[in-house]
Amino acid sequence: MTGTIDIDGQSIPFEDGQTIIEAATAAGVYIPHLCHRPGYTPHGSCKLCTVKVNGRNCSACTFPATDGQTVINNSDELEQDRRRITQMLFVEGNHMCPSCEKSGNCQLQGVAYHLNMLDNHYPHFYPRREMDASHPDILIDHNRCIFCNLCVRASKEKDGKNVFGIAGRGINKRLIVNSPSGQLKDSNMSIEDCAAHICPTGAILIKRTGYQVPIGQRIYDQKHISEVALAQENAHGQD
Amino acid sequence: MYEHLETAQNPANLKRVVVDPVSRVEGHGKVTLLLDENDKVQQARLHIVEFRGFEKFIQGRPYWELPVLVQRLCGICPVSHHLAAAKAIDQLVGVDPANLPPAADKLRRLLHFGQVLQSHALHFFHLSSPDLLFGFESDIGKRNIIAVLGDYPDIGLQGVKLRKYGQEVIRMVSGKRVHGTGAVAGGMNKALSKEERDYLLRDIEQIIAWADASVALIKKVHTANLPYYDDFATIRSNYLGLVKPNGALELYHGGIRAKNDKGETIVDHFDYCNYTDLIREEVRSWSYMKFPYLTSIGKADGWYRVGPLARVNNCDFIDTPLAEAARVDFKQHSPEVMVHSTLAFHWARLIELLHCAESINTLLHDPDVMSSDLIAKGEKRYEGIGVIEAPRGTLFHHYQVDENDIVTKANLIVSTTSNNMGMNESVRQVAAEYLSGRELTEPLLNNLEVAIRAYDPCLSCATHAVGKMPLQLELLDAQGDMIGRLVRHSDGSFEH
Repeated sequence: MTGTIDIDGQSIPFEDGQTIIEAATAAGVYIPHLCHRPGYTPHGSCKLCTVKVNGRNCSACTFPATDGQTVINNSDELEQDRRRITQMLFVEGNHMCPSCEKSGNCQLQGVAYHLNMLDNHYPHFYPRREMDASHPDILIDHNRCIFCNLCVRASKEKDGKNVFGIAGRGINKRLIVNSPSGQLKDSNMSIEDCAAHICPTGAILIKRTGYQVPIGQRIYDQKHISEVALAQENAHGQD
Repeated sequence: MYEHLETAQNPANLKRVVVDPVSRVEGHGKVTLLLDENDKVQQARLHIVEFRGFEKFIQGRPYWELPVLVQRLCGICPVSHHLAAAKAIDQLVGVDPANLPPAADKLRRLLHFGQVLQSHALHFFHLSSPDLLFGFESDIGKRNIIAVLGDYPDIGLQGVKLRKYGQEVIRMVSGKRVHGTGAVAGGMNKALSKEERDYLLRDIEQIIAWADASVALIKKVHTANLPYYDDFATIRSNYLGLVKPNGALELYHGGIRAKNDKGETIVDHFDYCNYTDLIREEVRSWSYMKFPYLTSIGKADGWYRVGPLARVNNCDFIDTPLAEAARVDFKQHSPEVMVHSTLAFHWARLIELLHCAESINTLLHDPDVMSSDLIAKGEKRYEGIGVIEAPRGTLFHHYQVDENDIVTKANLIVSTTSNNMGMNESVRQVAAEYLSGRELTEPLLNNLEVAIRAYDPCLSCATHAVGKMPLQLELLDAQGDMIGRLVRHSDGSFEH
């Protein structure tokens, strides 16, 4: 089945099985997101891609496109909601952009700029989270994990390894490593794995490579996150 | 000297006068005076009232974050911390200074010269020139850069543009005027493009001319106010700083030279990696800032001064012609081998500013700054020490890491900390010689700030320690009698 949906007054075609975000991306319409990545099972956890479909809030990354849908993507209300969600992501972790090696290449930071997030709004939690530096090549800084589940999906779906999982609920939610000790060094993860490179923030990093890209040449120094996301995700669709 | 004024014999019933905050310095500090019934000063202290804690919270972080993380200690001289940390983490990846690619070495020097130039310009023109041009006890409404721009527009604008040029050098090399990146373990992350090099070359002749004029200006101000400028806040001290192997002034990398007040050498070309054999730090109960001293001389007489005055005093020559001529002229002004005048810090600072401008010109004509050979590699080590001459003096960064590349220990000795005793002595000299017995007014109290300002202290840099200061908690009853006491010693142990 194919048809069209209406996003902010623009008629957008879709193909059978596409979600709203997939149809929008193919048509060059950016819907902010963090946990969505083409080629991975939709997760719908970050809620940044929330749009109004026929008057109801839905996650564009999980909601299938159906003929005749009226979708609102850009509205003051949705922008405000997305900004608040992003602010919550910042205060629930320890995101110190000024010294973070992912700065300039970080999707969370890029989305925050896109949403014109100028402060944290909510009080910081300043959670005490440990780092796992045990692996010779890969570092996990739990301070920056936003529980997008991308590393979990990458390890399972692309690497065939099942290294990561999300444990706990609510405030106790945490990224865990599937190894006898719980440490990354005792897992079968390697630097070539997709899971080592997929983190949208600075939670999973390749060791000893920080700051090697100069300011001005980092991804989001050069292009807005909407341009980067549309270009990358449409290029993936053509593979 | 004036150490007898550090602690009054009987502080009870003395009148307390506080200068809080000390203005036109980086960071937060205050001066307290205790006066007797005849307004004679019995105690004078410079206190640092802020708390930063960097040494503690960089523990547990990966070492490659250090240059970017620790530069946040300061907004004026972040490049010094960036480069001192970079020199330390070079060692962690097995790269000694001699093995750094020439391009990386020169780019780091260019970055550093840009920073020292902007920092010195900021300090002299924005922070200190109001005192020097209008007078120490001038109307408080005049003692700011806006008034300088109003009454001396050429001088004020030159100061602003000199600083701007230094910041542009920093931006071209590190991506941002303040808190960029640039230095990474074993080298640099970018070279200058031809466009960036040409952009900086465009104004350098003018910058050198303005820098030269600034040296003439401070000489004129200093010599026009003799003997006052030679005597005010002046103390005799040891001096410490880096020098090149040939004895020339050095800001980025060299051996440590220390001289005493007579100009006799205490140590020379000392390997800074052994700094713990050379220097110790004393903790005093009334200050958050430590008091470093030369171990071989001891606590009482081993304290020393760092910064422009120390460097220009200590070096045999400066390897750029205009600055060298200015240095010779500066030294001829003094009847002694060493210049002890605290206000001569300004003069020495502007000689260095001129040296930076000349050195930037030299480096911009060196093709290495556009080379792509930027990174060296070596075998991992577990300890790294980086020392650099920051605008305010010798800066030590010392780190240890574990097998997972995580920082386990950090020690920073910041320039302003080394000048702690010097600043306190100068405050006490001014209090004793210029204020004691007089009715204290705001303009008179500015004299204390002028003395501190000469050192260009960075008080936020200097209060990085955490958990090491001895504390004494006393619980008194309503009659003022002590009913409980808890002491934490500097080693962390407690005593009831």
